[in-house]
Amino acid sequence: MDDFYRDFILDHYRNPRNFGHLPEPDAVAEDRNPLCGDEMRVEIAVDESGNVSDIRFSGKGCAISQASASMLLEQARGKSLEHLLALGKESVLENVGIDISPTRMKCAMLGLSVLKSAALAGLAKAESE
Amino acid sequence: MSRTASALVAGERDVRADFPILGERTSRGKRLVYLDSAATSQKPTVVIDAIERYYREYNANIHRGVYEIAARATDAFEEARAKVARFLNAAESAEIIWTRNATEAINLVAWSWGGANLHEGDVILVSELEHHSNLVPWQLLAERSGSRLRFIPVNDRGELQLDTLDALLEGCKLVAIAHVSNTLGTILPIAEVVARAHAAGAIVLVDGAQAAPHMPVDVRALDADFYVLSAHKMLGPTGIGVLYGKRALLDAMPPFLSGGDMIRSVSYERSTFNELPWKFEAGTSNIADAIAFGSAIDYLEGYGMENIRAHERALLAYAFEGLGALEERGLAIYGPHDPERSSGVISMNFADIHAHDLASILDTEGICIRAGHHCTMPLMGRLDLAATARASFYLYNDRSDVDALITGLEKAAAIFRLS
Repeated sequence: MDDFYRDFILDHYRNPRNFGHLPEPDAVAEDRNPLCGDEMRVEIAVDESGNVSDIRFSGKGCAISQASASMLLEQARGKSLEHLLALGKESVLENVGIDISPTRMKCAMLGLSVLKSAALAGLAKAESE
Repeated sequence: MSRTASALVAGERDVRADFPILGERTSRGKRLVYLDSAATSQKPTVVIDAIERYYREYNANIHRGVYEIAARATDAFEEARAKVARFLNAAESAEIIWTRNATEAINLVAWSWGGANLHEGDVILVSELEHHSNLVPWQLLAERSGSRLRFIPVNDRGELQLDTLDALLEGCKLVAIAHVSNTLGTILPIAEVVARAHAAGAIVLVDGAQAAPHMPVDVRALDADFYVLSAHKMLGPTGIGVLYGKRALLDAMPPFLSGGDMIRSVSYERSTFNELPWKFEAGTSNIADAIAFGSAIDYLEGYGMENIRAHERALLAYAFEGLGALEERGLAIYGPHDPERSSGVISMNFADIHAHDLASILDTEGICIRAGHHCTMPLMGRLDLAATARASFYLYNDRSDVDALITGLEKAAAIFRLS
């Protein structure tokens, strides 16, 4: 587990990409990890063709949750909401490139979980419009 | 079991040898440095053996069998109750009710005493630093009864602020308060709170889950109306806990759970209930674990609670001194930061390392600490903290454990490239 904290992970933890808020998000989702109280919020803006035009996350958490979310969101830009909804665990694990211990898996997956919730909210909104 | 104060304090006797798990190694081959006794304590051989002996030699149901092993089981079960009564200096064994844990004991009072005594507009007073187990049952009781919750404030060091207590006590029927904070280790001034609560006509429930394992507790000197604890935090097994209550209160309370063992006579239409303490012990109790908890109390008393407190106080002072060197690198310690006013708990954060990452890194060195909100989310909000890393001590910890913790923190600093 101590191999986890490599330079690029610490860089994403200390300088998270796409961190903050969107002025007018099309879809928003929030969740927290009840184990540790970590919180995460993802905001998505969608263009006419249903692809992610802009994205932000906010909240607080450990290096594992913050770096995993930061790396995942970098890849979400330009993708369709359906594509985001189909993402699996491996999308996170490939980014971090190392096994996560079972006790910390929830931390690593928090960003993925909230991102997919936001994508779902975006699709539901698109359907209702 | 005749051990002296100096044995424990000076470490002449190898306390660790009494705890088989402390001889285990982690998958990385590291010695187990167990610093999470505030979550649950480790168990000495005498406790593990007591469980096994019951199941191997005299497993039988209690309070009904006429045969020899049933009588032996009943005697051992009731003897354990008498040990708890002595340990807490209760007036009589009948004031000791077995529960699953402190949480269940609090719920028992909330449903039984609270259901009968709290009404629209009454006030329940708790402190800002309570564990969820001494908050949520009162929130639900307030909803059921139409009563209101008020909070005794704490300052930024997690110390109780009593200057507004008398005003808070107006209209108050019940005060529910921790003896020791599980998150910060703060020792609360229970005797003073009880005296002022009684003067205002309120009764007091004390959550002793973090105090009873670590210091002498005298429920009559405190004049507590209810006192609750969990065996597993004081060398005993999980699944057994205690509600102490003054007889007059317990006698007047309606039953909580109902069924067998708690009745005197039952017809198809109605029942009359057993006397104390069995009125509150429906169904077959956790016999083995109650008996083993009795063995844990014997073991603790072999050292003496005063000596255990002195040992932890000395260890805390040693830890504060050692950790002080890391403060300039960003180590922050919460709580009173004073061994005289703290139980053996150190709650901290290290620079911008999240508590969970800290715990993961320490884990690679065999060091077990707790990270998170410690089931005190309102207190964490009050102190503006998302999470802390908590190291907690018990009688089997010594200076080598503190040294390992400091080395582990230095390793974390290196991994996180702290200057």
